[in-house]
Amino acid sequence: MPHYLLSVHSVAGEPREPMTDEEMQESHRRLGEIEEGMRSSGTWVFSGRLHEPDTATVVRMSGGEVLTVDGPFAESKEQLGGFYVIRADDLDAALALAAKVTAAIEVPIEVRPFVAVADA
Amino acid sequence: MPDTARIERIFREESGRSVAALIRAFGDIDLAEDAVQEAFAVALRHWPAAGLPPNPGGWITTTARTRAIDRLRRESRGRELLGELALLAPGRDDDGFGGADDPGPVRDDRLRLIFTCCHPALSREAQVALTLRLLGGLSTADVARSFLVSEATMAQRLVRAKRKIKAARIPYRVPEAHELAARLEPVLAVVYLIYNAGVTSPAGPEPWQPAARPRASGEAKPWQPAARPRASGEAKLCGEAVRLARILVTQLPGEPEVAGLLALLLLTESRRAARIGPDGGFVPLAAQDRTRWDRELIAEGQAIVRACLRLDRPGQYQLQAAVSAVHADSVSTGRTDWRQILALYDQLLAVAPTPVVALNRAVAVAEVHGPAAALALVEMLELDQYQPYHAVRADLLRRLERHGDAAAAYARAAALAPGTAEREFLLRGGRGD
Repeated sequence: MPHYLLSVHSVAGEPREPMTDEEMQESHRRLGEIEEGMRSSGTWVFSGRLHEPDTATVVRMSGGEVLTVDGPFAESKEQLGGFYVIRADDLDAALALAAKVTAAIEVPIEVRPFVAVADA
Repeated sequence: MPDTARIERIFREESGRSVAALIRAFGDIDLAEDAVQEAFAVALRHWPAAGLPPNPGGWITTTARTRAIDRLRRESRGRELLGELALLAPGRDDDGFGGADDPGPVRDDRLRLIFTCCHPALSREAQVALTLRLLGGLSTADVARSFLVSEATMAQRLVRAKRKIKAARIPYRVPEAHELAARLEPVLAVVYLIYNAGVTSPAGPEPWQPAARPRASGEAKPWQPAARPRASGEAKLCGEAVRLARILVTQLPGEPEVAGLLALLLLTESRRAARIGPDGGFVPLAAQDRTRWDRELIAEGQAIVRACLRLDRPGQYQLQAAVSAVHADSVSTGRTDWRQILALYDQLLAVAPTPVVALNRAVAVAEVHGPAAALALVEMLELDQYQPYHAVRADLLRRLERHGDAAAAYARAAALAPGTAEREFLLRGGRGD
């Protein structure tokens, strides 16, 4: 079955109305429900939330040596904050799930297909 | 015996149905397209001598299907696919036009294809290009010409769009009832864009015009078809849009906006001949010879508008069609029911609050409350790059006898005018004679 990456990008410095504690709890509750639904329907494959981009380290080859440097790889304001890997019949099914997630957390979600993945 | 032009026309009309049927049968857009193209080549070889088959559309689908199966047999991956198809649909030997094994109303495969081509996950440019290529049977070169991009650019755009459909698995199906309204929006927008691309240059073929040639100043965006060569391509696009709208109406009879769009296209189409003066110049609505309006198209359009009104679920296309229907009823601009038009624009502005709608509403305001009231509304709009804004403003200034300001506005409108005929009209200071 096709797999999709649902990624949540945070934009550094973007002014955003801070959530109240209640809103935060409500958002967590809805997200919990969505994830529960994903697991019980067999849609969920993997998911994770990442620490801030400034906790990232990059290793790369440079003149035959491995170089370890501080910082996120992409010098961009938009950074990956978290993601889901899901199984879905088609793009519409993946988009329907992404729509639920974005409604719960009010952050845009990018949906991107994986190159064929063998089902485990 | 049919000549090449006739065969080409038949293919344009029929190929969308064949492509759609083959995509459903084989699940592969490229394979379907190539096979229908091969069938076209066969037809070009045989039909001129043998004559048209009794059912050209069915012949194309059957021939293309045979070609597709031949090709799949030659490729090992194809043989696997054929095996899978046999498992999925044992013994199915229909012609691909819709399942005899499919209960309920028979749905045209073209409807699935329209929704795939106009999937919101595709860019508007890709939606328009795919729709014209796959459903309209236009060649990539034709599609490219219609939107003033090079053939290579258009080919690449199509390849990228088809790759996304395949990789992301954009489904090949008609959306379910609860998602239909949202999914219809881009479909209707695409059909309307195709029509407008054809109408922007109002003239039909104009033999003294230079041959088709893309402008050097870069590409026009497809939703703003700019100055384009007058080829038969114009009429082709308008005709194609009407045809697509008719398919949608037949397939989705319960959707008033679909009917509204068809009515709008028919009513606009009814004025095609009158839009062009004897010298090939653009003629504005007020100056058109209304005896040249096509009464048959008007009658059909107005009947649809009346049927829509009874459903009482207004939307932007129905309201625009209703405006057009009121114009069609009027023997002259002076005797047009402008109050009714203004009331319709009030409703339209409520459902589609865009500056362009506000501008059109201002035109009606000018007729009901005078040019000064309209000018005050127009001056609040931010439409500096929109040519009709300057044309409307120029006309209002002229009526207020602010001749210097009017001249400047006409010049600005002329500089932005899309078609030669329209530009000349504006350069004459907006005089229709």
